[in-house]
Amino acid sequence: MVVRVQEADFEVGAELAALRRDDPQIGALTAFVGLVREMNEGAGVSEMTLEHYPGMTERELEAIVGEARRRWAVLDALVIHRVGRLLPTDQIVLVAVVGVHRGETFAACQFIIDTLKTRAPFWKREVTPAGGRWVDARAADDQAAERWQE
Amino acid sequence: MKILYFASLREALGCGGEEVALPAGVADIAGLMAFLAARDEKSQVLRTRRNLRYAVNQEMARLDTPVADGDEVAFFPPVTGG
Repeated sequence: MVVRVQEADFEVGAELAALRRDDPQIGALTAFVGLVREMNEGAGVSEMTLEHYPGMTERELEAIVGEARRRWAVLDALVIHRVGRLLPTDQIVLVAVVGVHRGETFAACQFIIDTLKTRAPFWKREVTPAGGRWVDARAADDQAAERWQE
Repeated sequence: MKILYFASLREALGCGGEEVALPAGVADIAGLMAFLAARDEKSQVLRTRRNLRYAVNQEMARLDTPVADGDEVAFFPPVTGG
């Protein structure tokens, strides 16, 4: 399991290759990449800054990935989340899961990103033509996370 | 104990954290929040802001989660990562 919080961008291909390590048991790899959109809540976004709670963020991400690995028979998982200043089209987050079959890797990957969005202590502040504003938590994200509750 | 504030709450309070001696009679998050909010006008936000989240020693907590001297307690708005 790899969990990283970093300002630097990441290279998806290289990260996925490292996760696979040419392990011949692996028959499926599911990856999700979250990106900065140019529009949010009807306003143009020129940039955003991601703040987090150092220490707790890593612990929470490790706990979420650990939960995913207990629930689904997957072989390994990776989460990289960026912080700091980001621009539209920039990569924000990479979640990737490898396993024997795709059913488990799809489910585990979606569980990790849905749960991360409601539990990992990150906060987005975006800049629009009207000035800076903190992004509000979305009810749709809560619902997406709730459906995974056992 | 160490108190931390994040995101919009940090901005509203004008500081990212502070050292506070655990006041007599305060045993849980609810008590700590009430104590912190009562100190001055600006701190009222800890009482008036809806949906605040809290963590004790970097684990999500509830209003009745116990707090003790030496703990790290964080207050923050709902998270918006991903």
